[in-house]
Amino acid sequence: MARSSSSRRLGYDGIVLAAPVTVPYQRFSKETAHWWIARALRQTLKAAGVAPRDLDGFSVSSFTLFPDTAVGLTQHLGLTPRWLDHIPMGGASGVAAVRRAARAVQAGDADIVACVSGDTNHVDSFRRMLSSFSRFAQDASYPYGAGGPNACFALLTDHYMNAYGARREDFGRICVAQRDNALKNPHAIMKTPLTLDQYMGARMISDPIALFDCVMPVSGAEAFLVMREVDARAAGIPFARIRSTIERHNAFPDDPIQMRGGWAMDIDELYAMADAKPDDIDLLQTYDDYPVISMMQLEDLGFCKKGEGPEFVRAHDLTIAGDFPHNVSGGQLSAGQAGAAGGFIGLVEAIRQVTGTAGPTQVKDATTAMVSGFGMINFDRGVCSGATIISGDAQ
Amino acid sequence: MTTPIVPPPKKDPQKRTRVPTRPSELRSRAALGLAAAAAEGRFMLQVCGECGAIQYPPRDACAACLSVDLPWKDVSPAGRLMAETTVRTSTNVYFRERTPWRIGTVKLDAGPSIMCHVHGDVERGGTVRIVNRLDKSGQGVFFALPSEETPAMEDDPQLREMSCDPKYRRVLITDARSENAVALAKAFSDAQASIIFVGEAESWRAYPHRAALAAIPNVEILPLDVTDTQSVNELAGEIGGKTDILVNNARFVRPGGIMDRGDTVFARDEMEVNFLGLMRLAQAFGPAMRGRGADGQSSATAWVNILSVYAYSNMPAFGAFSASNAAAYSLSQCLRAEMRPGGVRVMNVYTGPTEDAWHQPLPPPKVAPAALARAIIAGLKDGLEDVFVGDVAKDLIEKWRAGAKILEREMTEAGGGET
Repeated sequence: MARSSSSRRLGYDGIVLAAPVTVPYQRFSKETAHWWIARALRQTLKAAGVAPRDLDGFSVSSFTLFPDTAVGLTQHLGLTPRWLDHIPMGGASGVAAVRRAARAVQAGDADIVACVSGDTNHVDSFRRMLSSFSRFAQDASYPYGAGGPNACFALLTDHYMNAYGARREDFGRICVAQRDNALKNPHAIMKTPLTLDQYMGARMISDPIALFDCVMPVSGAEAFLVMREVDARAAGIPFARIRSTIERHNAFPDDPIQMRGGWAMDIDELYAMADAKPDDIDLLQTYDDYPVISMMQLEDLGFCKKGEGPEFVRAHDLTIAGDFPHNVSGGQLSAGQAGAAGGFIGLVEAIRQVTGTAGPTQVKDATTAMVSGFGMINFDRGVCSGATIISGDAQ
Repeated sequence: MTTPIVPPPKKDPQKRTRVPTRPSELRSRAALGLAAAAAEGRFMLQVCGECGAIQYPPRDACAACLSVDLPWKDVSPAGRLMAETTVRTSTNVYFRERTPWRIGTVKLDAGPSIMCHVHGDVERGGTVRIVNRLDKSGQGVFFALPSEETPAMEDDPQLREMSCDPKYRRVLITDARSENAVALAKAFSDAQASIIFVGEAESWRAYPHRAALAAIPNVEILPLDVTDTQSVNELAGEIGGKTDILVNNARFVRPGGIMDRGDTVFARDEMEVNFLGLMRLAQAFGPAMRGRGADGQSSATAWVNILSVYAYSNMPAFGAFSASNAAAYSLSQCLRAEMRPGGVRVMNVYTGPTEDAWHQPLPPPKVAPAALARAIIAGLKDGLEDVFVGDVAKDLIEKWRAGAKILEREMTEAGGGET
């Protein structure tokens, strides 16, 4: 069947993001995902002066709610929403939550959607999650050394290094810059400086992935609200506008190994919808479970050509005060990976940044941010990808 | 270059024997096709019955056309190593105990990319040949071997985890009086088994090949009568803790079915040896072997049953014998399940009529003892669960898979199913 050429996508005029919340992470927690999500939800609703009973839209992302889903949470948390969503996209869940919630509010299906992600981390929960992460992982990757995502990303990193001549030092630059940023973030799990020498000298986990290439699994939660601009103004809270979004799943299935994500399919649309170009981006928040994937995002999001990522990170300063601020709260590599909240961490910080409320991590004069998400190593590669460009009210 | 293994040092009885652990055995039902193919050493993938697209990982619908017709077929095992890593930290205890562990991504010439274990002799970016092997949890896994043979490649520590190679292992062959005993012992001796115990019933009765058997290097003949529980237990008490491979070649065979026999005397003997003999051996030797499934480089590794292929479909001319083998076949499935926690393989070797006195009037092809022995050694090296030796056995299993009822009817044609 022939399809009509897609008409211009409707913009997100009048729909905004507000009340960004990060519940400070902990390495291990005896509490549940429900507990973490409740704390984030309470805080974001409080910021906007909304009573839980009056919330009419609720979007949840979490890996550790089992046997519950967003459905169980409504009764557990005393919510009566008329619009409910549960997003299983891991690192892409933040961007996906924005896209869905914004359209719901725009269409009038809900007035305010609270987007919340959170996970707990018990002593044994990481191991338990790995063995049953997905059917393909269970059948076709976990039986091979059970190295989990470390091993999967080691393979992608090994291939990327061979294909483009990237060196470990290049990935180290990303990690060291993020640690520098994290030292300004009082809630970051990592609190000591990291030098490139320390990075290079760290023990191998799954060659060429070494200790500081890996995120620390933690407990934590993140949240924000999607609402009408008029309602945000009435509540007197700062807000960010959604200028464009993209989303793609299982892109380039014929690539024998992952060298690019779905962004490469949709990047032109991301810039065109926002009427922006790479130079207009004041800070970039990539999904950074491993530095190789941040490097691929630099390429696929249009900041350099494929294969030029290593040169790009050598030529730029990725810290808060640098010429290319990147993952300014420290990202998952230094602030910690709180399960599905890893898909929110970059977005929530970006809302703070473009609304000028980031405090110690604030990038000077930041008005426009790009946030990208990447999720779910279903078998040998990340399947979900998404990105958004947001701007502060001043823009 | 693989470092050749050396004979293990004498075991320190003060030290705790390492408890067997296993890689994850969780699989979807579709993925069990890998285990079924690995049981016979075949490299198979799902191939769409409608559009021909080759699939991996195993799935329930074709990723090219959504057809649900996805039969498993043999495909080319050639490919190239695109990326590799050495896992040094694992969340699974089995791998944790065995790190560093090399894995990789291989692009198959046939199409899909796979994740697989990688042999130490595979070069970075090199061409490989993929084999499908059973791991210690009894699940099928892919293993990339160098496309050309390399010296001592069977000694690669990761590969040895997935084979049952007799090299530097101790073997028990249960029946010295069997006409295949000499060929079996010779084959294990040639395969560098360190000791070959051979059980001998009624040692006061002479048999023609005893001298030849005793002359084979590393053979030690010990008393064993599989119809006598006390005899089996006594031998297990003596060598049960150092039996790494057990080959049950004891069998009682007489022609005849039901009505051409006047009583159940032979049938009782057939069950006594072929079924209860297996059970006695398994009760006496099984627990110690299962407990030693991870006992270092030369751990307990395999249990071999030599069965008649007529276990699958009765051959009326040997009807009662076939029935006793059907019972043994079923019991072997139970034994396999019970051995699995220790990572000890149960390999069934199915044969058609063998070259011996009781099959003398049958026409060829018949399986010679040397051919049987070769198939057992090869099967152990490949870590198989099911081996069909000779043309008759191979033909029968193919027909059984195509249609068991049609085969049954074929078996009762005039001639008593001399397939």
